[in-house]
Amino acid sequence: MIKQTLFTVVLLCTLGVFTWSVFRLRAFFKLTKPAYPIKNISARLTRTFNVAFGQSKIFRKPVIGLMHALVFWGFLVITIGSIEMVFDGLTGAERSFASLGGFYDVLMASGDVFAFVILVFIVLFIIRRKFMNIKRFRGVEIGPKANLDAQLSLYFIGFLMLSLLAFNLGYLSNHSDEILGVYPVSSQIIQSTGLDFGGIQETGWWVHILLIFIFANYLPYSKHFHVFLSIPNVFLSNLDPLTKYPNLESVTKEVQLMLNPEASYDETEDVSRFGVKDIEDVTWRNYMDSLACTQCGRCTDVCPANITGKRLSPRKIFVDLRHRMNEKGSLLLKGKEDAKSLIRDYISEEEIWACTTCNACAQECPLEISHPNLIMDMRRYLVMEEASAPSGLNAMFANIENNGAPWQYSPEDRMKWAD
Amino acid sequence: MTTDTKIDIPVMADLAAEGKQVDYLYWVGCAGAYDLRYQKVARSFAKILNHLKVNYAVLGTEESCTGDAAKRAGNEMLFQMQAMQNIEILNAYGIKKIICTCPHCYNTLKNEYPDLGGHYELINYTEFLDEQIKLGNLKLDSNPFLNESITYHDPCYLGRGNKIYDAPRNIVKAVYGEVKEMKRCKSSALCCGAGGAQMFKDAEKGDKEVNIERIEDVLEQKVDKLATACPFCMTMLTDGIKFKNKEDEVENLDLAEIVAQALGL
Repeated sequence: MIKQTLFTVVLLCTLGVFTWSVFRLRAFFKLTKPAYPIKNISARLTRTFNVAFGQSKIFRKPVIGLMHALVFWGFLVITIGSIEMVFDGLTGAERSFASLGGFYDVLMASGDVFAFVILVFIVLFIIRRKFMNIKRFRGVEIGPKANLDAQLSLYFIGFLMLSLLAFNLGYLSNHSDEILGVYPVSSQIIQSTGLDFGGIQETGWWVHILLIFIFANYLPYSKHFHVFLSIPNVFLSNLDPLTKYPNLESVTKEVQLMLNPEASYDETEDVSRFGVKDIEDVTWRNYMDSLACTQCGRCTDVCPANITGKRLSPRKIFVDLRHRMNEKGSLLLKGKEDAKSLIRDYISEEEIWACTTCNACAQECPLEISHPNLIMDMRRYLVMEEASAPSGLNAMFANIENNGAPWQYSPEDRMKWAD
Repeated sequence: MTTDTKIDIPVMADLAAEGKQVDYLYWVGCAGAYDLRYQKVARSFAKILNHLKVNYAVLGTEESCTGDAAKRAGNEMLFQMQAMQNIEILNAYGIKKIICTCPHCYNTLKNEYPDLGGHYELINYTEFLDEQIKLGNLKLDSNPFLNESITYHDPCYLGRGNKIYDAPRNIVKAVYGEVKEMKRCKSSALCCGAGGAQMFKDAEKGDKEVNIERIEDVLEQKVDKLATACPFCMTMLTDGIKFKNKEDEVENLDLAEIVAQALGL
């Protein structure tokens, strides 16, 4: 009974803190703009099945991809076991889901195997991150704090698996007569070591469940938030072709008015800023992308600008957006403001203009983040609000305006190619 | 401008004056119209259309920039001005199907004009040529080319943007037998460096130009020919070949030129 009460209190605290984090994020989302309507559910489900559950983009790097996929699939199975542990904690029962029979055996067996596999991979991931010089784990946006966050997340997961195995080992030692579920790795360990793990069952259980609770509340502030957001981010992703850059509706109205002065125009409508200068100009999708970003660096790794030594790093755009939302969002909610903005104080013009819109980053992103469209949104602000484009581009604009071509040729000469 | 003789190109305004309709509009694009090197590509493609006796026309002096570069450089106002004027002309002629050689024009007309009232069936010339080859309408003589090696560079706006990967390769294979793939190809292809209006500005400070990085991928394959399917890619990669002093070893050809050569046009 004491255990149940204690567990209930801990669970309520966990949910309380988590709810607070969710409300904070919700308030930030309310500062953002609409993006696109969520339609075509079947196409979304297909994409979620392929990209999220099937890990199709993760597999573009086959070896490390397989390791990640196994960790992910393992997490899915183990999560069901975690839900059971919450039930057990609340009711005081042991292995409440055992009535599922054969399915339970499969669930527990795969959970036990996955816990071991994940533990091994996490150790490899820690070694890889610490000692192997992986280029995509570096960059100005990956400072000491981001590095610590990445390491910490790995240790969290490692200890989660270790405690789960400890619990399974203890359970097997304490229930040698009647065992619910199947535990291939743990029983193998007991067999080969001949040790009695009975004493660590309770500790394993508590450490595991407490780590889950702490990790869950750490995630909303971590780059590892993708544990929660990856599947929704893929499901809610933009289904348009990568190179379709949506037209700006507020501009359409102005252009129609210019071409046809008779057109009616609703003067009362709020004419906000063109493009993106700061966090209140981004869409919910941009902000969600920034929360989901795992900082894996696959985007930056394939960026032609970054590869050739330019300052642009697609990953940094979203790391910056998240930081700036934390900063300005918190201020706005208190009714305050500061003199900074996402553009210039976080993202320089040099970065914004270096993008070739080749979409290699978006193609690679396992979470379907769209970097080039946000970069072009910032160009819109620079060009339409500040008229501060690089000089070459101003010449190109002038040519299109005057002769309908980006180069300085007369429209009368348009058929000369055939002569 | 070119050494060739004049090609007869049907112009939409003339045909409309005679009350004629066309099956296809060939969208030449600004590069096809003005870029000295890429004019040859437009000529090659027009010759193929004439050879096939396709009922087509071009807009001629009525064609204007699609606005792609302006849009990607952040000038949405200019883009929409261009788009609406073009849509007005295209709709006035009742155009249904448009063939593009430039993948940037193709992408803009296909993906960005519909929301502004321009609804057309867009056909990229690689899809068109691939289909004509499959239908047996183009009798290609591949004999002079089979002992030459060739690689193909995927334009971003054709490949990643619109998922056209096979049609260009089928065309190359029909003439050269096989495509030597670069390490970075198809959806992993490296950009030539010109997209997103980079064509019209200086590159930001870095330690290398993107087209040099890409031409090294090409040179690594030790090929005789480099096939491209985009005017910007052609400019960037041809420049890359010159930068590396490899003009005598690698020749950059567009897919339309490859087909025209194999047809003896």
